[in-house]
Amino acid sequence: MTAIGLINRDIVSYSNQCIAIKQYGELLLDTKTRPKNGVRKRAVLFVTLLLFWVMLNGTLAVDSFIVGIVVSLAITILFCSGLSFFTEFRATPQAFIAGILYYIYFFKELIKANFRLAVIVLSPLMPIKPGIVKVRTRLKSRMGRLMLANSITLTPGTLTMEIDGEWLYVHCVTVESTDIDEATAQIVAGFESYLEVMYG
Amino acid sequence: MESLLDITGGVLLVAGAVFLLLGGLGLWRMPDLFNRIQAGAKTTTLGTILILAGAAFLHPEWGFKLLLIGIFLLFTNPLSSQVLARAAHRRNIETSPQTSVDMLADAFSQKATSENDLSEKAGSDKDAEEKS
Repeated sequence: MTAIGLINRDIVSYSNQCIAIKQYGELLLDTKTRPKNGVRKRAVLFVTLLLFWVMLNGTLAVDSFIVGIVVSLAITILFCSGLSFFTEFRATPQAFIAGILYYIYFFKELIKANFRLAVIVLSPLMPIKPGIVKVRTRLKSRMGRLMLANSITLTPGTLTMEIDGEWLYVHCVTVESTDIDEATAQIVAGFESYLEVMYG
Repeated sequence: MESLLDITGGVLLVAGAVFLLLGGLGLWRMPDLFNRIQAGAKTTTLGTILILAGAAFLHPEWGFKLLLIGIFLLFTNPLSSQVLARAAHRRNIETSPQTSVDMLADAFSQKATSENDLSEKAGSDKDAEEKS
């Protein structure tokens, strides 16, 4: 009886330790509590927003520029932990080449996705076998995972539904494999190799 | 030269409209919410990008702004589809009977039971201590 109690206590203390480690990790990831890189990240976000504002306006007139600064500053302060286009992007030549290749591959997949969907929608019997499968990603950065999820959503017959750490839950119009490794190779691998160079 | 631009722009506009039409057909024909989101997400992205490209050919001076709109679309469209699908799944929206596997629901029920197990074990642990 006491032996079982001891084992149970071990399990409970182990799970408490896990929770503590997880909370510490979240604390490190949270921009509010992480001292390093906070200013730089905000500066990048601010400059990106301002750049888009100027490009959309098409002028450098003083009044619109001042409005742009105020709005960008407000967004930077309110959503400092959010992601923007250049968050965690590695500014290396390899990353730029990978980025270009990524977009070529991406548009190819997007067009393929549309034609496949057209075939399904136009066929009288609707040959579908939907299901939600689980896949794993090697990507570590938040932006990399977000881009991967977005890419999966726009590629043939797949829709990302939930990200839980390294696990992605993907809805498929036609389930081909429920095995995690096989599904990962089919759904994730194509984009992952580019995004790994771009974001890590 | 100008007529060539006009023709290309027109073809792109029509192609975009065709994909949007197919998307609408998909929304109507697909059996459940998740498959409908799939149909919507892909066709609206490509369809709208083609229409923006067509507009850029007809009015080259708008090109840069249209490109920016396209970039925003490319980032926000899949994201909103994902959030919709996730919210629907969390509210237990029914999937169609053809659905073969749902590993997300399995994962959530597993998580819930393992948490219950732990709390039960913690409870029995306290009981054991009190008894001894």
